[in-house]
Amino acid sequence: MVFADETAADLSDAGSPLDRAQIRAGVWVGEDGRGRFILSVPGIKCGACVAKIERALNARDEVISARANLTLHQVNIVLESPESDPMPIVKALAALGYVATPVESEADTAPDPTGKGLLRAIAVAGFGAMNIMLLSVGVWSGAEGQTRATFHLVSALIAVPVVIYAGQPFFRSALSALRARQLNMDVPIALAVALALALSIFETVQGGDHVFFDAAVTLLFFLLTGRYFDHLMRERARSAVSGLAKLSPRGAMVRQKHGTLAYMVLTDIAPGAILSIAPDERVPLDLEILTGNSDLDRSLVTGESMAVAIGPGDTLEAGTLNLTGVIEGRVLRSSQDSFLAQMIRMQSNAEVGRGLYVRIADRAARLYAPVVHLLALITFIGWIIATGGDWQASLFIAISVLIITCPCALALAVPVAHVVSAGRLMRMGVLMKDGAAIERLAEIDGIVFDKTGTLTTGTPMIGSTPDDPVLRSGAKALALRSGHPAARAITLGVRDAPSDIARNKEVPGFGVEGAIGGRRARLGRAEWVGEITDIAAGAASPVFGFERGPSFSFDLTETLREGAHDAVTDLKKAGFSVALLSGDMEDRAQAVAMTLGIENTHHGATPADKIGVLETLRRDGHRPLMVGDGLNDAAALAAAHVSMAPSSACDAGRSAADFVFLRDTLDAVPATWKVARDTARIVRQNFALAIGYNCIAIPLAVAGLVTPLIAALAMSGSSILVIGNALRLNKADAKDRNRRPAFTVKRKELSA
Amino acid sequence: MTILVILIPVTLCMGVFALAVFFWSLRNGQYEDLSGDAERILHDEDVPLQPSKTTRRPEMTKETTR
Repeated sequence: MVFADETAADLSDAGSPLDRAQIRAGVWVGEDGRGRFILSVPGIKCGACVAKIERALNARDEVISARANLTLHQVNIVLESPESDPMPIVKALAALGYVATPVESEADTAPDPTGKGLLRAIAVAGFGAMNIMLLSVGVWSGAEGQTRATFHLVSALIAVPVVIYAGQPFFRSALSALRARQLNMDVPIALAVALALALSIFETVQGGDHVFFDAAVTLLFFLLTGRYFDHLMRERARSAVSGLAKLSPRGAMVRQKHGTLAYMVLTDIAPGAILSIAPDERVPLDLEILTGNSDLDRSLVTGESMAVAIGPGDTLEAGTLNLTGVIEGRVLRSSQDSFLAQMIRMQSNAEVGRGLYVRIADRAARLYAPVVHLLALITFIGWIIATGGDWQASLFIAISVLIITCPCALALAVPVAHVVSAGRLMRMGVLMKDGAAIERLAEIDGIVFDKTGTLTTGTPMIGSTPDDPVLRSGAKALALRSGHPAARAITLGVRDAPSDIARNKEVPGFGVEGAIGGRRARLGRAEWVGEITDIAAGAASPVFGFERGPSFSFDLTETLREGAHDAVTDLKKAGFSVALLSGDMEDRAQAVAMTLGIENTHHGATPADKIGVLETLRRDGHRPLMVGDGLNDAAALAAAHVSMAPSSACDAGRSAADFVFLRDTLDAVPATWKVARDTARIVRQNFALAIGYNCIAIPLAVAGLVTPLIAALAMSGSSILVIGNALRLNKADAKDRNRRPAFTVKRKELSA
Repeated sequence: MTILVILIPVTLCMGVFALAVFFWSLRNGQYEDLSGDAERILHDEDVPLQPSKTTRRPEMTKETTR
């Protein structure tokens, strides 16, 4: 039997072999033959952190250069040679108070190509817009004859390549929408830009009066800016979520034929291999235990709040946390068939339902585009009749209708509001993955909470303490020797100074034993403590007892997450139905529900049950918000209309959720909903503004009164109006900030 | 108005030059950490580009040792 004390001593010195091997695997050889690696350090919050980290790392001999990135919360490190051990660097950062994890996938390290492409397109469109506008102002202020013709020609020479280059995102998106036989906002945009360009080239060749080059290019500039901000918002949230420490291991220590342990990447491990798992490590694959006893925290996997004892013969699901002892087990399934992988598959199946959601902007486009195109056609026919067959003039007017109705303001109405609210949410410590999420959040009519880790913190608390001070200090002394959650709860709950202890050892799966004042004492499972002393039948674990002496049974209760009560009350007050959906046992689920005043509870739910509950809700026409953290919630998070997860959630949960909140308090749920409601209101106002603009502009265009000057003024004016209105969302935030002092995000929440 | 024959190309060249500079800076990673660079100016020590030829050695800080 392995005693935890010895292993714990090993671990604190050099880090567990698994950590070491994982960090080692993150180093790659750069072009110059040096070792390079990137660490994700969520604790980098200010310039002082950057300076502190760089100073400390650059002073090390094995480091050629270290550069911290404040935006991405990462540190880029170049090592003397690819063979140098990066572990001391991680240790050094930990000593400074920064938790660092290696960045794993290529996607996390690659600079964002779409964003760069959009920025280039903006630059090109901006260049074109400025130069063409310069020439257009000349034309509008009365350039005549040859000068005007030259100006038009130069404008055409600038506009054609600019539109071809900068218009690509819109043309591509419009084409793919049309191919799918759908209409999105990009169809009228692409059509208006292309027609404006074609008409203007035709007019230039003909030596006509009016050209719309400036309108086409300025439009692209505005729309690209909106699109870039939209992209930036998503990219920020993505990098922030991927910066959160990964909970599931990427590799494991595999027992080789000749008995030594070696690190292997998960995908390379075949069923039948023997893995060794140290305390405080997550189980990487589904295992059957061969040797060793331990306690297992299954809260992220099944929602059970209390640790369970395990021993040889038990099967462990991937993703559970080994708490106290070293265990060795045989791999039952390869990584793509593991419990974790099954959950992820269920999650992607559940997501299909959500794919049917049509964003507000696209719904508007489906109404708007046919109306506008029909209007242009009617205008054309009307003018043909009115002018007696002058198709050139009629076409000019019809196209000018399309240009003026190009939904610039309409296309900006939604993304700008979303970008502003994403910024506001980020300041509140809530990450939003996608603009569609906030639209969906504004539509919810009920909230479904998971229990363990969401409404509760997942760390238990003791309900009562013994009256006898000897028992109290004795229990504390033993509790201090164990990392088991129950022992931690006793350490926190008992205030007395611990008594002196000798010959203490931890028996994984059972408890801690030691000699206190010469008497043998045990703290742990009731049956095990019952071996040395008499305890009441059916006493709850953990029990503390002296050999043939007094004993005391601590009952564990769950701690509610900070703000849980207020959050539930707030949401109920707002008129939502609140439900609890837990995988835990009935009495524990009921106890939490009673305290918080939730009537509607489901307990003992398997992941499939959870999806079932949410799908029934959706079929009945409800739009539930799911708040959960566990692996067992991941599929339910994807099945819900919209979902939130705390940053302490499992990796799959965090990637399934639409929102991730970084602070401990559950106030984030009602607060995020309020932002969503405000955003929806601003979006509605923006639509009203855009439609109002069209109501004025369309009659002018149909009447043939629109000149390029009017088009330029009207379109820029309406876009700026819409952007200004969206910025009001920030002001609501300022009011809120004055009322309540801002919380700071604690480092431990990010690294948890 | 013939001056425009010169002025327009000059304007365009200036614009194209600015655009090229922007593209270069984008490719060169100048926009990778905007908030970091804003803070860095307050914390970075001044690093002399070349060691000065005078007998007086430049002040050695942890930053300048690299």
